[in-house]
Amino acid sequence: MKRKMVTIDGNEAAAYVAHKVNEVIAIYPITPSSTMGELSDEYSAKGQKNIWGSVPSVTEMQSEGGAAGAVHGALQTGALTTTFTASQGLLLMIPNMYKIAGELTSTVFHVTARSLAAQGLSIFGDHSDVMAARQTGWVMLASNNPQEAMDMALISHRATLEAHLPFIHFFDGFRTSHEVSKIEQLSIDDLKAMMPDHLVITHRKKGLTPDAPVMRGTAQNPDVYFQGRETVNPYYTKTPGIIQNVMDEFGKLVGRKYKLFDYYGAPDAERVIIMMGSGAEAVAETVDFLASKGEKIGLIKVRLYRPFSGEHLLQAIPKTTKSIAVLDRTKEPGSNGEPLYHDVLTVLTEAMQEGTLPTPTFPKFIGGRYGLSSKEFTPAMIKGIYDELSKTKPKNHFTIGIIDDLTNSHLDYDPEFSTETPDVFRGMFYGLGADGTVGANKNSIKIIGEETENFAQGYFVYDSKKSGSMTISHLRFGKKQIRSTYLISRPTFVACHNFSFVEKFDMLATAENGAVFLLNSPHSKDEVWKFLPGRMQKQIIEKKIKFYVIDGLEVAKNTGMGGRINTIMQTCFFAISGVLPREEAIGKIKEAVKKTYGKKGEEVVKKNFEAIDQTLENLFEVPLQSIITGSMEEVAVVSDNAPDFVKNITAMMMAGKGDFITTSMMPADGTYPTGTTQWEKRNIATDIPVWDTDTCIQCGKCAMVCPHAVIRIKAYDSSFLNNAPATFKSTDAKGREFDPNTKYTIQVAPEDCTGCELCVEICPAKNKQNTSLKAINMAPQLPIRETEKKNWEHFLSIPEYDRSKVNASTVKGSQLLQPLFEFSGACSGCGETPYLKLISQLFGDRMVVANATGCSSIYGGNLPTTPWSQNADGRGPAWSNSLFEDNAEFGLGYRLSIDKHFEMATEYVVALKDKLDPALVEGLLNADQKEETGVFAQRERVVTLKAALKTIDSSAARMLETLADYLVKKSVWIVGGDGWAYDIGYGGLDHVLASGKNVNIIVLDTEVYSNTGGQMSKSTPMGAVAKFAAGGKRNGKKDLGLIAMSYGNVYVAKIAMGASDVQTIKAIQEAEKYDGPSLILAYSHCIAHGYNLKYGMQQQKLAVDSGHWQLFRYNPDLALEQRNPFQLDSKAPKIRLEEYIYNETRYKMLTKMNPTVARELLDRSQSDIKARWKHYETLAGEDFATNSNGINPVRKEA
Amino acid sequence: MNLQTKYLGMKLKSPLVASASPLSNDVSKVRQLEDAGASAVVMYSLFEEQIEHDNQAMETFLEQGTDSFAEALDYFPTPDEYYNKEAEDYLEQIHRLKKAVDIPLIASLNGVTPGGWTKYARKMQDAGADAIELNVYHIATDFGMSALDVENIYIEDLKSVKYAVTVPVSIKVGPYFSSFANMAKRLNEAGADGLVLFNRFYQPDIDLEALEVMPNLQFSTSTEMRLPLRWLAILYGHMDKCSLAATTGVHSSYDVLKLIMAGADVTMLASTLMKNGIGRLTEIEMEMKRWMEEHEYESLDQMRGSMSYKNVKDPAAFTRANYMKTLQSIK
Repeated sequence: MKRKMVTIDGNEAAAYVAHKVNEVIAIYPITPSSTMGELSDEYSAKGQKNIWGSVPSVTEMQSEGGAAGAVHGALQTGALTTTFTASQGLLLMIPNMYKIAGELTSTVFHVTARSLAAQGLSIFGDHSDVMAARQTGWVMLASNNPQEAMDMALISHRATLEAHLPFIHFFDGFRTSHEVSKIEQLSIDDLKAMMPDHLVITHRKKGLTPDAPVMRGTAQNPDVYFQGRETVNPYYTKTPGIIQNVMDEFGKLVGRKYKLFDYYGAPDAERVIIMMGSGAEAVAETVDFLASKGEKIGLIKVRLYRPFSGEHLLQAIPKTTKSIAVLDRTKEPGSNGEPLYHDVLTVLTEAMQEGTLPTPTFPKFIGGRYGLSSKEFTPAMIKGIYDELSKTKPKNHFTIGIIDDLTNSHLDYDPEFSTETPDVFRGMFYGLGADGTVGANKNSIKIIGEETENFAQGYFVYDSKKSGSMTISHLRFGKKQIRSTYLISRPTFVACHNFSFVEKFDMLATAENGAVFLLNSPHSKDEVWKFLPGRMQKQIIEKKIKFYVIDGLEVAKNTGMGGRINTIMQTCFFAISGVLPREEAIGKIKEAVKKTYGKKGEEVVKKNFEAIDQTLENLFEVPLQSIITGSMEEVAVVSDNAPDFVKNITAMMMAGKGDFITTSMMPADGTYPTGTTQWEKRNIATDIPVWDTDTCIQCGKCAMVCPHAVIRIKAYDSSFLNNAPATFKSTDAKGREFDPNTKYTIQVAPEDCTGCELCVEICPAKNKQNTSLKAINMAPQLPIRETEKKNWEHFLSIPEYDRSKVNASTVKGSQLLQPLFEFSGACSGCGETPYLKLISQLFGDRMVVANATGCSSIYGGNLPTTPWSQNADGRGPAWSNSLFEDNAEFGLGYRLSIDKHFEMATEYVVALKDKLDPALVEGLLNADQKEETGVFAQRERVVTLKAALKTIDSSAARMLETLADYLVKKSVWIVGGDGWAYDIGYGGLDHVLASGKNVNIIVLDTEVYSNTGGQMSKSTPMGAVAKFAAGGKRNGKKDLGLIAMSYGNVYVAKIAMGASDVQTIKAIQEAEKYDGPSLILAYSHCIAHGYNLKYGMQQQKLAVDSGHWQLFRYNPDLALEQRNPFQLDSKAPKIRLEEYIYNETRYKMLTKMNPTVARELLDRSQSDIKARWKHYETLAGEDFATNSNGINPVRKEA
Repeated sequence: MNLQTKYLGMKLKSPLVASASPLSNDVSKVRQLEDAGASAVVMYSLFEEQIEHDNQAMETFLEQGTDSFAEALDYFPTPDEYYNKEAEDYLEQIHRLKKAVDIPLIASLNGVTPGGWTKYARKMQDAGADAIELNVYHIATDFGMSALDVENIYIEDLKSVKYAVTVPVSIKVGPYFSSFANMAKRLNEAGADGLVLFNRFYQPDIDLEALEVMPNLQFSTSTEMRLPLRWLAILYGHMDKCSLAATTGVHSSYDVLKLIMAGADVTMLASTLMKNGIGRLTEIEMEMKRWMEEHEYESLDQMRGSMSYKNVKDPAAFTRANYMKTLQSIK
């Protein structure tokens, strides 16, 4: 039977099967598995049925722990149930996994194996997570590529029903999960054939029902628990045989044959690698290459890892084997070898003992680690391992792929070795994030994979920044199945979709001789040569590279495509790569365009067609030149002024050379310097804001809303203009608060701006002559980059304005304070970062941040460079991220520690009081630090104290020296998004709010899980479409503020900077000042809302005007003065909800997908707003002098 | 008393047609219009530009930020198919209104592309519209475009829709043509089943505080009906089979009577119904009847065109002399 060929990634392959063979699916987003949950939700939302004709029920839970609980419950009541997860998510499921296995329950968890957070978090792939679950009693089955992800998914779902044991089906995150590959799709008949009804019925019959009541989950005592634990043994003994039988049945049905341990290589192999996961594919490819040259090598792919079947493993080992290397993609510090190494060693040792060893003697036996966090694992490294196995004394417990100059664990290898063959097309495409390059390449893979006999593989590498990032697409096409599970090292085709990359990246360094280079260039074929760097010219000449140019942007402009060049560059690729005959290829692109855009309107299709036709007319080959005219000088990655760490280590990461950083260069404990984004000059904005001194009213709003802190304001003495560059702009500072002679400058950091235009949109001042201009206007960056760089440098040299003279409760005043959060990697126009920046301006010199995993931890803490910075005194926010789920508790821990140290410092001051100035002691112990002046005064006292302590010879004095700084107030900030606060971290958040401790919690509420791509949270409003709510969310948003207020002793504020910047400042200041827990809910517009973010602040205002987002402050301190603690800061709704929501795609798309439901949810939301407003008005109207109904204003720790 | 008239080949019980307004958004309001005496209803306009803009915006924002950051390769579920909400709603509304009332329903379309005009016109016909009114407005800001170029746009739009549908098609135009009589003739020759005079445009205003241009539309006043009145009078008798409709400034029975005397087959009302309520329609009809009784008219046919350019004693009064006379009357 001919099956359909599809080009999909591993996630889709697994989700396809999982959705078809389950009844209940409980999900929670975590990278890189989220796609499986999203697809399941979409399938069900679109009414797709499982093989029994029913649409599976898909439910998002509040955490992976919750998902596991729901799965457990659904299983206990008899449903075929599944879930998807990875990394920390799997760890959260472990408690339930023990139960599920202990109860001999059939289920499959599909896991995209991913690193665990240790010295740092990583979203990339290795086996740390699944290895941490190997002791739970679950069967563990690995698949190595997208085809196997589909096959093993089905094999797992079938085998679990027979084995009565739960399965982890895992594949490598960000390799198999995201590798797009041409695979054969299992048909519905295949699925039905493999899932016989009687097994389903047996499973269902095990379910709890009052119609035939039994109980599970008993508590057992020393007399029986042990025996109970051993009852399961027969099941584990039988399971390998069951799985092999299922694999054989599958092989008969489908044709692909699998074994529990698959041997691959020379029948008389002497050197054998044993491993599991996608890396085995690269090994197989290397084995083919080297065995064809006569090398006696082989590979054992471990498919079934638990139960670990020694019997089957021994059958797979060639008798000729002399040396074995077991590779683990995980790290167990302190162990004497990683898990797979131990498992294999145990099997061999036991076999030796029992005389069943397949080899004449015990082979040389080593183990090693590779590929942690998706570290490349290439044929060159693999050859290095086989070479090591030839040695008399091979290195054990080795690492491959890194340089470990601390413990010298690494193996050396020849990086030039390659198995790439000429019959495979290898293309690398460099694009700017979101420019459509990746999408177009996925489309090309589909065309080639599904429309031709060729096999196709696509893998995509992304940047760590959320804006202006680079993407590299790696595409392989060939007549044979592609097993290269590593990035392309020798491209035959290189496409650069953004001209600025020619300077920044050495794209042709690895290109094959005679390769094709396609450049999107604003310069014509006759002009372009002189704009290339010397390095690139040299490579083109020496490698005889065929060089083509197109002005893609011009074609896009002329054909109404705006800035999108994806179709244009894709057309170029097909026109010159020769992968398909040109005419045929163009025809297929047009078909694809019609398919993709047809539903979105004829105009879109027409424009794309025009773009395709014009592309061919504008694509030119550049005749091969012979003279190098460009400069050979390499541009320094960072300025000479950067600190050594940045110059030596950070700069390497920035230059894409992080793989060459050795272990001794790395901080051992994950501690990094702050303030490093200032050294990464990204130059990603084509247009940047330019200040008009004459129009400006000096309100400070532009600086306040700037998400990247690139708009700075200083007021300073006119003498600082003496050495200013000629183009440095300045005007007299307006306002009575300034001394005469005070000058005022708004300066833009030209190389750090992302060009979001929030500043221009918020600017209230219009030019009197030309009202299209404001006091700040966008202008092309390139012509002014150099002058503005100098101006920026001069600006930085001017001292910060004296904080004590600033009225920080005004927008104008607050924006004179130095931001200590700058140039983050957040999206251009981000709605979260302005709040963090503001907090850093107000309290940065004394704040310590606990940051929940999410957007804010990624733009806040993703290497290479990080935005939390320091002031001239070296003070600034100290920052850490623990987990996603525990952030409130983590932050509370800060508080407990700081309070304890404060207490101890106080105790030491008391103990030493006789040796200290009594006035100093009095001041230190009774300092009022509610306001900043008090904090600064205390800081001065501590300086005096430390000086005095130097003269005191006692251990108490020594201890106090290290604790003295805790006498100065520390401001604890707990930062996270709504996914954390409303969902996964809610329990902890609630507990911390109830603790009464002085912590400040800010929830950057985007109403969706932004970092993982827009999944629904309990903050997501009714009617919004989100992932996991593909049919629109049917329930309203949780009122977290109201819940928090119910404690009475929690300061609660709901703010939206775009609606009221003054209320925002006021709330943040009050929250910080309040000596108890504070919760700030901050409306944060987000790219996941789907509109041009330059209008973010206007949308915030509309959110408030419509009553969707009410502004209020609940200050328990007011109750002490017999005043109503609840202050409603926004007015009654004055616009209809639809005037706000339908500016955003998240709502609008429901009207296009399901207009009836959209209408119904709009109506319900509108009435909810009315009801909520009424309730809030009632709260605000209560007379607290006489009435204590409703919320009880009890002082904290009452 | 016979108030019957013919418009676009359809027999109507009176010349009182409800013109395009938000009233047609609401089925119950349209029922009220029928009960109050409206002889036909022109629905609010479907704007192709809005639909296309929405689709493109959706396309842009669904793709915004995609394939850029490894953890969030996109931000939205992928919709299987789009409904053009406005278009679907509109067609659904035609369907609903057709079920709710017996009077003819005229759908109104504002297209921007030849494809758009025909596509939506056909859909309106299929949804049950009895006729289609093309709502064409084109602010000619292109300095390189001649008057003829502009006129040709109207002609081509009309022709393409006429080609696509079998129901009658009227065209609603503005008065801003160098030679309106010639333009009307061309539209007539191009196959228009009716001319609707005149379209009113949103006019810009300036917000002095915000320094922003604020386009909006105010209710019409009775005096505004004089412009259609003039042209109806001039066109009457020259339009072959093409009906004439008066719209803009129709607020009273006198307005209606005057316009019919000038040559209108029907008069279209919106502002007065919005301001005074739907019941105003019944009042106008009653007043008309009263006036006709008092003046011994038996039918509209008697009076139609009686005060047209062709039939008045002093036709120059409709042209330049009109200005002169006005000046003299001040003396």
